Amino acid sequence: MEHLIHTEEITKIYNPRKPDEMRALEGVSIQINRGEVVALKGPSGSGKTTLLSLIGCMGRPTSGRIVVEGRDVAKLPERFLTAIRRSTFGFIFQQFNLLRDVSVIDNVLLPLYPVDIDVPAMQQRADRLLDTLGIGAKRHLKVKQLSGGEQQRVAIARALINKPTVIIADEPTAHLDRQLATDLLAILEQLNREGKTIVIATHDPLVHEHPFITKTIGMRNGRIEGVVQR
Amino acid sequence: MRRHIKILEYALSSLVRRKYKNLAILLVYTFTIMLLASILFLTHALKQEASFLLLDAPDLVVQKMAAGRHDLIPVQYARAVEKIRGVKKASPRHWGYYYDALTRSNYTVLGIDTGMPGLHLVEGSLPSDKGQCAIGTGVAAVRSVGVGDELIIVDSHNTGTAYEITGTFSAQSNLLTYDLVVLTRGELMRFFGLPADRATDIAVEVHNEREVPTIAAKIRQVLPDTRPITKNEIIRTYDAVFNWRSGMMLVIFSSALIAFCILAWDKATGISAEEKREIGILKAIGWDTSDILELKFWEGAALSLTSFLLGSIAAYVHVFFFSASLLAPVIKGWSVLFPEFRLTPSIDFYQITVMGFLTVVPYIASTIVPSWKAAITDPESVMRT
Amino acid sequence: MNKHKVFIGILFAEVIILLMLSLYGTLATKERDRIELPALRELVASLRLTDLSLWTEARYTRHPSQADWFTPFQDFPASFEHFPAGSLIAPRTFSVDPVFPLR
Repeated sequence: MEHLIHTEEITKIYNPRKPDEMRALEGVSIQINRGEVVALKGPSGSGKTTLLSLIGCMGRPTSGRIVVEGRDVAKLPERFLTAIRRSTFGFIFQQFNLLRDVSVIDNVLLPLYPVDIDVPAMQQRADRLLDTLGIGAKRHLKVKQLSGGEQQRVAIARALINKPTVIIADEPTAHLDRQLATDLLAILEQLNREGKTIVIATHDPLVHEHPFITKTIGMRNGRIEGVVQR
Repeated sequence: MRRHIKILEYALSSLVRRKYKNLAILLVYTFTIMLLASILFLTHALKQEASFLLLDAPDLVVQKMAAGRHDLIPVQYARAVEKIRGVKKASPRHWGYYYDALTRSNYTVLGIDTGMPGLHLVEGSLPSDKGQCAIGTGVAAVRSVGVGDELIIVDSHNTGTAYEITGTFSAQSNLLTYDLVVLTRGELMRFFGLPADRATDIAVEVHNEREVPTIAAKIRQVLPDTRPITKNEIIRTYDAVFNWRSGMMLVIFSSALIAFCILAWDKATGISAEEKREIGILKAIGWDTSDILELKFWEGAALSLTSFLLGSIAAYVHVFFFSASLLAPVIKGWSVLFPEFRLTPSIDFYQITVMGFLTVVPYIASTIVPSWKAAITDPESVMRT
Repeated sequence: MNKHKVFIGILFAEVIILLMLSLYGTLATKERDRIELPALRELVASLRLTDLSLWTEARYTRHPSQADWFTPFQDFPASFEHFPAGSLIAPRTFSVDPVFPLR
């Protein structure tokens, strides 16, 4: 079966041959299929974030192959990497990474600025997403005026604006209370039902024990410890 | 095209988000450009003015030198000059300076022959008798006199002499006549106590302008104690005087340019943590390096182009509608009589283009360069914050 | 999303204003050349003037074209330039070498 994403023996070394050299990943090989919900589980420093960023085309491995939708992205020039990242992936960051002094709608529209799509179409898409997520009425407020839960939804809307195939979420529940965390997982579950593939890095048991997770990949010290398929 | 417009839109939003800081930069930048452009416009216009007005100055002026200083010239030297081939006419000029203790100002006193035809720019008439004079508007203003009044000045015997003012030069000729007092030649010679056989210098007319340098050289040969000054030199004096690359103009110009460079350097030496974070986020969500650099380009270009054009307009209005009033104290020096003049508007577009290059390009560079490092960094660092 | 329109509008307006000022300048110059310049040139020719009446503080600032090289040093070769306008005036160039005129 052709995987949506797979990696072959990828290694990532930060600051090679320097005193502060760090080997974040060692010979990691994983497969992610279309429609799966994959949880990367492991303690802090296990390499989850690094693996997420590499499969999300945010950086390049030191060695190994990463294939996304049949394309080897490990050695692609930056322009192509960005294009794939933009069209294939939507990111939900741990700290949301929203621009606090910018309005909700402008934050959501940010990924579409460098894309060749006209302004009315952009705004229509954004409005629909915000309405679906229940924060349409706050579209013109600045992000800093929103609650934590509302900001989370803005982050999700921004992740979805490019109609990505894969949602990547890095510790999405780290700064949320139980209720908000549950709400987030419900949204992700809905997105999965709509056909999106989801990859979540987390050490929150609420997430990796959730029934909608189809595969759990355990990591420790930059290596894969085990893969549990449900 | 759509993409570029959207990135421009984001750049403008970015500028508006930091509106007070950017407004301050806009004001400083505009003022600096205004100062720089004012100097360029003023000096260019004055140069043009001088070059047009002095086209009818004498072809040659011959001065006598004694002990390295300007001395009175024997009138018979004019006869010797007229004998040189190519010379049409050599006429002695009688003129000098008068320090008016009452107003602490200096006048230029000029002697003319009686019976000279009237001039268009004289309101009234030129003096035709020894007891008459014509004056420039500066003299009229500082002494509060006009046509029909008396101008009393002290001659070389320390005696006050009253002259009836028969005419004043019109304000249009201020640049040429502001401090002039015109007397009849004979009266001027009496006033200054000049010997009858001496003149201040000799004005020479030639048949063919192209022969002026040759004739000047011949004059030096025939009359070794003289110094001829050509019309070309006269005009080029003002090219040099109004050259923005010299004297006080250069000081002001460089100060303004240095202030501008400090502004640009301050920008170029680093971007704030907030800006770095913003670039990281943009990269993470799908902007590539060229998009970020284009964004920074538009941020720089929007501010600098707006300021540059605004500064140039302000400079034009300042110089040609307000007579460069901000620069006047610098240019005026210690002159008590300094003419109010309206310069003929004239811009050298080459200079403006050069100034544009010297300011807009470095400013845009100073906006792009510090963001370069952040723009080329892999966005995965954003995941780690 | 109209900021770009406003910005382009402002730039455009500024360019138009500059061009109009320039046009005004050209027209004013033509007008002035037609009416004033002949009269001014007549004045210069009749009175045999050689300099603009700008800086009346010293002889060599009033008639820079007639001044010699060390007039600014007035009475002593090593004295400093002490008239402000003197710092605005660059030294005159000579078309005839004053020492070797026929060279």
